[in-house]
Amino acid sequence: MAKKDLEEIIAQEPFFRGLNADFCKTIARCGKHVRFDKGQIIYRQGDPADTFYVIRHGYVALEFPGGGRAMVHQTLHDGDLANAEWLVAPYRCLWDARAVAATVAIALDAACLRGKCDDDHDLGYELMKRFVPLVVERLSHAKLQALDVYGEGSTT
Amino acid sequence: MAKSPLPADPMLPRRFRVVENTRETVDTYTFSIAAMDGVSEFSFAPGQFNMLYLFGYGEVPISICGDPAQPGLLVHTVRATGSVTQAFASLKAGDMIGVRGPFGSSWPVAAAEGGDVLIVAGGLGLAPLRSAIYRLLAREGRYRRIVILYGARSPDTILFAEELKRWRDQPGISCDITVDYADANWQGRVGVITQLIAQAEFDPQQVVALICGPEIMMRFSVAALKSLGVSDASIHVSLERSMKCALGHCGHCQFGPLFVCKDGPVLPYDQIATLLGVAEL
Repeated sequence: MAKKDLEEIIAQEPFFRGLNADFCKTIARCGKHVRFDKGQIIYRQGDPADTFYVIRHGYVALEFPGGGRAMVHQTLHDGDLANAEWLVAPYRCLWDARAVAATVAIALDAACLRGKCDDDHDLGYELMKRFVPLVVERLSHAKLQALDVYGEGSTT
Repeated sequence: MAKSPLPADPMLPRRFRVVENTRETVDTYTFSIAAMDGVSEFSFAPGQFNMLYLFGYGEVPISICGDPAQPGLLVHTVRATGSVTQAFASLKAGDMIGVRGPFGSSWPVAAAEGGDVLIVAGGLGLAPLRSAIYRLLAREGRYRRIVILYGARSPDTILFAEELKRWRDQPGISCDITVDYADANWQGRVGVITQLIAQAEFDPQQVVALICGPEIMMRFSVAALKSLGVSDASIHVSLERSMKCALGHCGHCQFGPLFVCKDGPVLPYDQIATLLGVAEL
């Protein structure tokens, strides 16, 4: 698919909503379409976080590997982002990502995008305005999960 | 929030026989009971609770989770967390218990007619909402959309799993489940219930939201609904406090100017929003 198509798709993704056309074009230059089969590992814990993904259609599980029994702590669906670790040094994936169903996504080259953000701080700021709320939201969800509100002792 | 008349002598338990006791999860049981005093009917409104007395052990408040269209059979779901509820878990068909009730306010299912209804249940909080769901499904044509969202700790703690599947397959009903964590065999969603709220299809201006679950979960759910534009008056929650007499006399369940047993347990959020912010309550 041509970069122009990718640019239009990026502009329509909820996460990038409101970005101007030049920024969408710049981001599209770092992107490509990817497809994952059911069960395919997208990345593993400890891998370089050199790509992040905007899930267009599909279903991805984020898992903690270990003890022969992976534990899923979050699932991602249409419009969600995978691998926010691309933003923070040392740029390593914190857990495994596995396609639970056939998944179509936009893969964005993190090194390419980090370079463009260094060159154009306005672009960097626009992306930070979108990523920081996402990270805060996920932190809040993780805290709620850690509280184990439905756990032992709960009578409702 | 609707009020129902109190039973004739609200302090006198009626004797009931256990018809069936079914294990739902590792520590949760659903048992159905029928009256022994020749009175076959036991009318209740969805959201109300009974005081269940296991002779020799004690009395506990438990929401009614059966079908209000079948008043001859009372159904309750209990999580075995204390000495009395653990004893309830071991009940067998034919055993006798005492019942006082029904008490308290109910879910505003009639007031929701004409608009969307959003059910938000967490953990065992699905039980007090199940009666409301039965009533809603019986009158399905009167609502624009019925959306059921359920959050549980893990797949093996999902309550009423077979019914949730049936509701999900029912035309006109949307039913989504999420769990806080799972192993890789789980094919459903993992994440907190507020994520389901953000993605659910309903009109924030024309919805009545019914929420029941642990208080922290309800607070987060209310915040998620308010961020979408749902008004405080359209949100109803079922509160849990230590209830003893169930008549507003003993004061154990006092919540500011309210008694949860008598004024609640179902309360509109606009009536309690300020009270929930008071740390001492």
